Amino acid sequence: MSSPAITKGELKNQPQNEEVNYLNVEHTISSWLLTGDHKRIAMLYLVSASFFFFLGSIAAGLIRFELTSPAGVVLESETYNKIFSAHGIIMIFQFLVPAIPAILGNFLLPLMIGARDLAFPRLNLASWYMFMVGGALILIGMIGGGVDTGWTFYTPYSSMYSNTQVTLVLVGIFISGFSSITTGINFVATIHKMRAPGMTWFRLPLFVWAMYSTSLLMILGTPVVAITLLLVVFERLFKLPIFSPELGGDPVLFQHLFWFYSHPAVYIMILPAFGIISELIANFSRKRIFGYHFVAFSSIAIAGLGFLVWGHHMFISSQSMYESIVFSLISFLVAVPSAIKIFNWTTTMYKGNIRLQSPMIYAIGFLGIFTVGGLTGLFLGGTGTDVHLTATYFVVAHFHYVMVGGTLLGFLGGLHYWWPKMTGRLYNDGIAKVNAVIVFIGFNLTFFPQFILGWMGMPRRYHYYYFAPEFQAYHIMSTLGSSVLGFGLILPAFYLTMSLINGKKSGPNPWGAHGLEWETASPPPTSNFLETPIVLDEVYDFDPVSEHEQDMKDLDKWESTTDHQSFPTEDHH
Amino acid sequence: MQFNNFPLSPPRASNFAQEYDAIFYALVGLTAFFTLVVGVAVIFFAIRYKKGTRADRSRPMYENLFLELTWTIVPLVIGLVMFYFGTSLYVKMRTPPKNATEVFVIGKQWMWHVQHGNGVRENNTLHVPVGVPIKLTMISQDVLHAFYIPAFRVQEHVVPGRYTQLWFTPTEIGEYHLFCNMYCGTQHSEMGGKVVVMSQKEFASWLSEGGQSSAPLSMEQAGAKIYNKVGCNNCHGAEDTLRAPSLYGIYNKRRTFADGTSLIADEEYMRSSILRPYDHITSGYGQTMPIYEGQVTEEDVLNLVAYIKVLGTPTAPSPTSNVNRKSASATALGTNDATSLATNAVQANTDDPDASPTRRAGSPAVGAVAAEGRNR
Repeated sequence: MSSPAITKGELKNQPQNEEVNYLNVEHTISSWLLTGDHKRIAMLYLVSASFFFFLGSIAAGLIRFELTSPAGVVLESETYNKIFSAHGIIMIFQFLVPAIPAILGNFLLPLMIGARDLAFPRLNLASWYMFMVGGALILIGMIGGGVDTGWTFYTPYSSMYSNTQVTLVLVGIFISGFSSITTGINFVATIHKMRAPGMTWFRLPLFVWAMYSTSLLMILGTPVVAITLLLVVFERLFKLPIFSPELGGDPVLFQHLFWFYSHPAVYIMILPAFGIISELIANFSRKRIFGYHFVAFSSIAIAGLGFLVWGHHMFISSQSMYESIVFSLISFLVAVPSAIKIFNWTTTMYKGNIRLQSPMIYAIGFLGIFTVGGLTGLFLGGTGTDVHLTATYFVVAHFHYVMVGGTLLGFLGGLHYWWPKMTGRLYNDGIAKVNAVIVFIGFNLTFFPQFILGWMGMPRRYHYYYFAPEFQAYHIMSTLGSSVLGFGLILPAFYLTMSLINGKKSGPNPWGAHGLEWETASPPPTSNFLETPIVLDEVYDFDPVSEHEQDMKDLDKWESTTDHQSFPTEDHH
Repeated sequence: MQFNNFPLSPPRASNFAQEYDAIFYALVGLTAFFTLVVGVAVIFFAIRYKKGTRADRSRPMYENLFLELTWTIVPLVIGLVMFYFGTSLYVKMRTPPKNATEVFVIGKQWMWHVQHGNGVRENNTLHVPVGVPIKLTMISQDVLHAFYIPAFRVQEHVVPGRYTQLWFTPTEIGEYHLFCNMYCGTQHSEMGGKVVVMSQKEFASWLSEGGQSSAPLSMEQAGAKIYNKVGCNNCHGAEDTLRAPSLYGIYNKRRTFADGTSLIADEEYMRSSILRPYDHITSGYGQTMPIYEGQVTEEDVLNLVAYIKVLGTPTAPSPTSNVNRKSASATALGTNDATSLATNAVQANTDDPDASPTRRAGSPAVGAVAAEGRNR
């Protein structure tokens, strides 16, 4: 297909000196900003998406602080509304959607299938620029007046009534959306055409299957929301009658178009995390994933059914009763592939040889939280039960269990797992394990009280609740939890950065994991593999039985010589 | 502070509440059960099969069609059962009985207008009799809103350009929260009030007395309404500000103007200052006030003048000030008894019927604001 930009110096150095890798091959700023290397682009995404995550978290902190008192603390309602909108818009469009595909997917997809790069390296770089231009417009809009519509931009408020920077922010999201589309196209082409010899579809790591499903959703869904947001802009600027009844439009039409993308977008955010969890559970249990085919096809099933459930956001929107009932039925069907995944992951651990290192702690936390997140979806997928709970804090808690507990924990687990591959350095796994527990506790303390708040009837997007002071105790609990969670999210920035300075060299495969990415150097050379790998066996080709026998022999030696807080050497295969 | 107050469920006050809660708690049980199953299994496996433990790992299992089918079919069946119960409740919620009493609701930024069949109107409050099916026909005047009564477990969007419906039969006498639950702009969180469920007898007398709250307005009250509606209150408060002088107690006082002339503030002066403010600019202020000529009717002006004449005296209906609201609500919190809601249905409705949207009718904040106004 195509080859990454290879400099003459690199060609000369690479065979003799294995220390040359994608990070140190060149040092100029332009070598980063004009790179075609998927690994460098992934690092660009890592830095920029982390920046957006930081901004979104500050907004979240302000929201939580403000809600400790029923009559607000420091903000005016107008500002509060802009801040919760900023939180949603930044977190969803500039962090959750791109985080796993554009950072970890970009870095790992070619490595996992034995390719030298993605199919279209320059398109990949262009994706990052679109992401940054979109993000810059969004930030300019937020600094220059803010936007107060919420991330959902419901019409006619967004198109006719809000006098904030809606147009600028929508154009920003539109441009940023194209970075999703091009990334999706790149991934699909790469997975179809650039697998190494012997890498058949059913030898693909499950992370690649997840990326494939995600890419399909990005390609098919994002254009719809892009056009929809553009229509809102047209109605704002030119009074084009689409959504506003004053002009002859239909406000509910917007919700159909918006959720046609935005429900699949939920799966764009969570499917990559599923892929990561499959990798973590298999590799840290030293066991082939249980029911590989079921796990792989459940991703596809979720992606397919995900396009047919958008109406479950609209049970009380005035859509037809029969429409609601059909959407509800299909929504219950989506629960099935999700349940299949959970049970297969759990069973994978049975008779495994489990390493409880930090990425695995995140994966275990994910299993618990995602189970709650998924099951609370049943409350909202059922028409009758949704009527009382929709748009309350129950919904807020539910999607944070899925988005934060699912996507963010998956992302953190994946980042910890592949960090040695990306940087060539080991971090302090003891601190990382403690941090995973802090995140788990902080998360549940923050969001569990919100289920009760929603059940009590606390509406979302409320600045004041002085007329219902019975809600305050739960809000205070939630805010306390969010400070614990915030601490757990800041800490990795320190110990991961420290590992770059004083971390031990990781070597190619610090976890003893299986997969092509672990067969090349850490960090990998620019061309990923010095020679094209040939795949001869299945992906999670572990043998827990013989490994266990070896373990028993090594047990005494292991306990007397090895520091349990550091990575065990995996040299006994 | 309400730290000793961790309520765990909303009041149950409509015909739907009992069935709703049964399904809800069944789902809670289901969630707890499966979370426990997964949680216990994961923790058990993590301990038993931790690297280095002497557990039996022989004959590892990688595929098992029976297990896969089990956890495909069991969630499917559970899902279909929950779908059935949820749908059957939903169909009831969407099918109002033919004999339901009709009430009409208009939503607008940021208040609810309610109109009963006999013409009685109320704002941000809905009075209904216990045991009688009520059907609300709703429409929005501007953006999307949602009419949400948690104690009744009912909610429906209120959409501009089309009618939506909501029905329920109240089962418990009391006062319950009414929320707008579709984000509708700056004061979204304050668009709400209460639903008052009365005994049928009391409701009948409430309705025949014109709902008290719809008693004809005095000119001062009507003026107060316009004062808040057209936005006088945004600049003209209880004290002079940089933007505008206070109008409290100006009637029959001498006003000095920027050009050095002066006039007694009589009715004619007030009228011309509302319609053409730049004829006489009070000394020390700039040309910031909008011209209201053509914006308000002569009737409005009459009412405004009547109101401004009594501003600052104990008989004046209090204006709503955006500055006062927050502190007032904070004051109210201190004195608010959590049990005041859901009791005292018989209490006469003394709310200002045309409370400005910035204020929740019936919330303790109203009384506090009024008291504050009187103290000045």
